[in-house]
Amino acid sequence: MSSLSFVRETMLPSSTPPTMEGSVIGWVRYNLFNGPFNSILTLLFGAFIVFIMYEILPWVFLSSWTATSLQECRDTIALVHGEGTTGACWAVIRERYLQLFYGFYPRELYWRVNLTFLFMLVALAPVLFPKLPRQLLYFTGIYPFLGYWLLWGGTIWTPFLTFAGLIVAFLVLNFISEKRGLLLGVITGILLIVIWFVFGVIPVAGLFNNALPLGIEIVESDQFGGFTLSVIIGSSGIAASLPIGILLALGRKSDLFIVKSLCVGFIEFIRGVPLITLLFVASTLLNYFMPPGTNFDIILRVVIMVTLFSSAYMAEVIRGGLAALPKGQYEAGDALGLDYWKSMRLIILPQALKVSIPGIVSTYIGLFKDTTLVSIIGLLDPIGLSGAIRSDTAWNGIVWELYAFVAVIFFVFCFAMSRYSIYLEKKLETGHR
Amino acid sequence: MQEIKENNVRSEEDSQPAVVITNMNKWYGKFHVLRDINLTVSNREKIVICGPSGSGKSTLIRCINRLEEHQSGSIVVEGTELSSDLKNIDLIRSEVGMCFQHFNLFPHLSVLENCTLAPIWVRKIPRHEAEETAMHFLEKVKIPDQALKYPGQLSGGQQQRVAIARSLCMKPRIMLFDEPTSALDPEMIKEVLDTMIELAEEGMTMLCVTHEMGFARQVADRVIFMDDGQIVESNAPEEFFNNPQSERTKLFLSQILGH
Ligand SMILES: Nc1ncnc2c1ncn2[C@@H]1O[C@H](COP(=O)(O)OP(=O)(O)O)[C@@H](O)[C@H]1O
Ligand SMILES: [Mg+2]
Repeated sequence: MSSLSFVRETMLPSSTPPTMEGSVIGWVRYNLFNGPFNSILTLLFGAFIVFIMYEILPWVFLSSWTATSLQECRDTIALVHGEGTTGACWAVIRERYLQLFYGFYPRELYWRVNLTFLFMLVALAPVLFPKLPRQLLYFTGIYPFLGYWLLWGGTIWTPFLTFAGLIVAFLVLNFISEKRGLLLGVITGILLIVIWFVFGVIPVAGLFNNALPLGIEIVESDQFGGFTLSVIIGSSGIAASLPIGILLALGRKSDLFIVKSLCVGFIEFIRGVPLITLLFVASTLLNYFMPPGTNFDIILRVVIMVTLFSSAYMAEVIRGGLAALPKGQYEAGDALGLDYWKSMRLIILPQALKVSIPGIVSTYIGLFKDTTLVSIIGLLDPIGLSGAIRSDTAWNGIVWELYAFVAVIFFVFCFAMSRYSIYLEKKLETGHR
Repeated sequence: MQEIKENNVRSEEDSQPAVVITNMNKWYGKFHVLRDINLTVSNREKIVICGPSGSGKSTLIRCINRLEEHQSGSIVVEGTELSSDLKNIDLIRSEVGMCFQHFNLFPHLSVLENCTLAPIWVRKIPRHEAEETAMHFLEKVKIPDQALKYPGQLSGGQQQRVAIARSLCMKPRIMLFDEPTSALDPEMIKEVLDTMIELAEEGMTMLCVTHEMGFARQVADRVIFMDDGQIVESNAPEEFFNNPQSERTKLFLSQILGH
């Protein structure tokens, strides 16, 4: 009987939890030598790492930085580090790094590429870090046009009129949507933009330029190359594929049959085709469909294909995020009287995108690395350039040094994206669920 | 709340009923979930709807703000008939507040932002004004000190009170409650019910799906019992509880009051 009855006489005060063993030895023992099996594994992998380092490090460091050909490089290494050493020939990087970064962009105009890159960081900053002043977003808005002008040169009127055309089309869209409904507004807006781009911009820009010539030296697309090209294609694709992907994902969930079928068809088609095929279409086939004499820039064509390709993946990633939201969120938005677009923008997408961050960033990283595929259609991105450098007689036979360098630079970009996504996820955490 | 009272008094349409449902039917596929519903709710009337699970209570009140579409009959809310016209639907939704069983707060927004979102974007009220109103209603539901927290950091009872405040910020003329206390721990039910009682006393038109019979006795003008998608019995609370007419009502009451 007595075991059933219990009355506490004094309440226990709360106390601090027992601390984990703080010492280094404690950590090592707990994490690496926790039982015989784990100890053996630790030793095995330790030996493996030492072995790899033993093979690679001498190659990396017993190397030559000054030479003008592979042969000279090998001779220097043999001379300095002793006969039989097979060190890396980093001299090739030293000789060709400008080309790897800028392609065949005119040397005296490198500042334009540098400035564009610097401006890109400024334009990105307010998007990446919401704490920064919101006025910076205006700069982000004009950056694509500014960047285009800086890189390709020519009259400033072309990007200016393109920008002005977009603003006018947007105002018309707004006006008509208010008066006649969203659908008509969007259709008119898009029609205006297309007509303006295809027929209006170039001739009118010519007129303006005759009246008031304002421009800088033109650089042709075939002079672009190296990491400059990768970053141009990658960042344009990254910027454009998120909004397109969002629209496709929403379209795929839409109740409107035609919208839904179009989106599903597009996504399934694009995902079912290798990117290489699309790039070949961009480089050769498209010319058959263009009116003769039109010059549809190859880089622009590639950017469009890469964007379409990754927006299909983006759409699926975001659809996953949309599906993860409870139905109650949609209902709460509806019940408060928010219309479809407001409820998407203010309630659904902020949450769905947050859930999708890892997938979105994976798609971005994939897109950025896939830009190297343009070497196959003859554009001289870092991989294409490596091929060109290797067929130079002076550097014939060099392999690892070039690709290692390209890999390291790509890794820096991709790792930065990955770290940013982790930062963003932490920041958006609001203690939900 | 003062404003709403005055609004109601000032309104020329004060005499018209808040909700009129006539011969309304709804099907989910082939399943006839609501059958020939007729219900008139006058201004400032408080109605409690009860009935066994699956009897169509949620569906009924969700039809009133068009979260569900009815297929025949008519629903007129504050003089506006619910049709597929999107303008009408958004208008009615901004006049009808709703609280859900699972609160459905927006987890990515702070409590204050939850409350100001719809006034700013639907009513186009300036932000600082919307924030003042929000603080007013957060005080009313007794959690002004939580305004800057996120919903995930609050207890269930607090979340439901925020949800009520969020609806009130739109200054609705009608409030719908769908089992607002049934996801709560017993000790939190009272704080939510107290808020609802206060709201009722201030003259809000309310339709509550709930099994809190104490609440029904205290504030309801009418209790409606639903079963199998139909309104089976409707009466003043005293009559309803002490002298139920239908066999189904008696059975239901014996089940929920019996223990
Ligand atoms: N979206 C839906 N599709 C099909 N059947 C549904 C749906 N929602 C509810 N039902 C069915 O309709 C009936 C009434 O549901 P509901 O109104 O939620 O009942 P209550 O709220 O009274 O418990 C239930 O039998 C339920 O299974
Ligand atoms: Mg229900």
